Amino acid sequence: MEKFTKHQGIVIPLDRSNVDTDAIIPKQYLKSIKRSGFGPTLFDDWRYLKAGEPGMDHSKREIHTDFVLNQPRYQGGSILLARENFGCGSSREHAVWALEDYGIRAIIAPSFADIFYNNCFKNGILPIVLVEEKVDALFTETNLKEGYRLTIDLEHQFVIEEDELLTEKTPFEVDEFRKYCLLNGLDDIGLTLQYSDDVRAYEEKRKQQTPWLFA
Amino acid sequence: MAGKTLYDKIWDAHVVREEDDGTALLYIDRHLVHEVTSPQAFEGLRMANRGLWRSDSIVAVPDHNVPTTTANRGNGTAGITDPIAKLQIDTLDKNCAEFKINEFHMDDIRQGIVHVIGPEQGATLPGMTVVCGDSHTSTHGAFGALAHGIGTSEVEHVMATQCLIQKKMKNMLISVDGKVGEGVTAKDIVLAIIGEIGTAGGTGFAIEFAGEAIEDLSMEGRMTVCNMAIEAGARAGMIAVDQTTIDYVKGRPYAPVNTDKDNTWDKAVEAWQDLHSDDDAEFDEIVRLYAGSIEPQVTWGTSPEMVLSVNANVPDPASETDAVKSKGISDALAYMGLTAGQAINQIHIDKVFIGSCTNSRIEDMREAAAIVKGKKVADNVKLAMVVPGSGLVKKQAEDEGLDKVFIEAGFEWREPGCSMCLAMNADRLEPQERCASTSNRNFEGRQGQGGRTHLVSPAMAAAAGVAGHFVDIREIK
Repeated sequence: MEKFTKHQGIVIPLDRSNVDTDAIIPKQYLKSIKRSGFGPTLFDDWRYLKAGEPGMDHSKREIHTDFVLNQPRYQGGSILLARENFGCGSSREHAVWALEDYGIRAIIAPSFADIFYNNCFKNGILPIVLVEEKVDALFTETNLKEGYRLTIDLEHQFVIEEDELLTEKTPFEVDEFRKYCLLNGLDDIGLTLQYSDDVRAYEEKRKQQTPWLFA
Repeated sequence: MAGKTLYDKIWDAHVVREEDDGTALLYIDRHLVHEVTSPQAFEGLRMANRGLWRSDSIVAVPDHNVPTTTANRGNGTAGITDPIAKLQIDTLDKNCAEFKINEFHMDDIRQGIVHVIGPEQGATLPGMTVVCGDSHTSTHGAFGALAHGIGTSEVEHVMATQCLIQKKMKNMLISVDGKVGEGVTAKDIVLAIIGEIGTAGGTGFAIEFAGEAIEDLSMEGRMTVCNMAIEAGARAGMIAVDQTTIDYVKGRPYAPVNTDKDNTWDKAVEAWQDLHSDDDAEFDEIVRLYAGSIEPQVTWGTSPEMVLSVNANVPDPASETDAVKSKGISDALAYMGLTAGQAINQIHIDKVFIGSCTNSRIEDMREAAAIVKGKKVADNVKLAMVVPGSGLVKKQAEDEGLDKVFIEAGFEWREPGCSMCLAMNADRLEPQERCASTSNRNFEGRQGQGGRTHLVSPAMAAAAGVAGHFVDIREIK
């Protein structure tokens, strides 16, 4: 997993609430047995005029020119600005893989769906919850200023807005353990296996109490 | 000290260790696996040279991609015409063989939708922690279990360690008080709940469903309710264990039994008596609904919270003061091809889908069959299909003659699988086609790009198929 320490990037505003994981990556792409290559089909139904299929050359498909990912001013963007309940619906981690493959490193929204939020951390993407007023203000800034960028400092937990005149730092919350894994790019399976003896001891105890769970 | 909730009890019984910040290692008893969210996890294990911690905790089944047409079944994966889908199921078969996992293959009568077969086999037991790389794992909470969906990285984590790294969720109680009226089903109850609290209302919570209307439900109905907890934002929904639960579990293949040596079943039943919230348990949030005021529900928009009574009219974005919500309504109406103020019972449909992990169990089949018996599918309905949730549900329905009832009415009677709930296989809507569906998600494109989904109960879907438009089920009887 790629480390996340400090990141600066162009902000892409996706002005819709309840964006579900079916919209982030439609079902036909879930047939892949791989973990990579989902970027070109991120937001497929909104991005292209016609439904796509796996194996297509997506660069040759006709696009919805007004969709944010297709607007020249947001090319190369790596911070997604979204509305409430982002990532609701299916648990498909392919949604996060698609965002990651596209180049998204952080997502800012007033709220996220639980499973999606969790999946982000497993893939080096930082989901940041900011209050709705702040998210509104960032939408306004992004729409006003072409090439609008933000800096995200995970270590100190700030979203940083900078221009010629001033620097504004907005703090955000992040779980300590998840932050630690993200800062160090750690595989948490390795971390858990350090506690193998604890797991075995638990199993021995439970086999006595609830033997039917081990039949 | 306050008593414990059902969630507190199961959580406490499964904590292997806990850090000071509340991050815990939670032990997982049952891991259900299907073809879509597992291949990358198996590949991860191989790459790190890791094995399974406990292969006997895993039950695997292909369901999302399987064809439901009889001509494409009965010959293993050879009948799958889509080579990418076939590869995914072959990969599951190969992985399960390599890692020695018990799998119900495509031709096994026990094959079916993972959330139907788990309970059917008794692989889901009260008090268990159950996970699966699928958000509708919340279904299994109907058994007084802690069950929730996980991503593929966590699938790999559970395979390798038998644990999940978790922080405890908050407790929410949703009490549905009193009795439901005639024609109002578990699906209507849960849709009404989602309409009340919204699709993010349960985010961060484990929801316990309680109250007389919930207690009155069969296990099939309880599974329908818990299945859609995730549509209210809660990863886990659960219902206390009672005699209904125990009667359902008894005698199933994976359920404990008494033997000459040990009375394991009796011990299990005794332990399960504690699987309810204590009278003095404290919930972070309590929501109460009056069952008698719930009417048959129909979703009109592109989120499950966009739901109303069948006798209501589609909302008008102009009357919504919140700008983001107003835009949400107008976007949804545009996608759904509806106009503000339109009567829901005048919306005509093109297709009917009865199936999915929400509503494909025997009781759902019976409910729908009772409506269509002796009637015909309306002329404007291009396709009406019934997809039983498992080979065993299908057999049971056929033994009861329900297949004939459906076929005579003009419905197609299919083989088990997820089918048009998410349209990964050939079963899907064409752009602008409108469907009365017993599934769980009405998201844009969910049942096929441009497709328009209205979520309803099996009886309401069946009635819409016969009438050609939505009708109040209570007017039929």
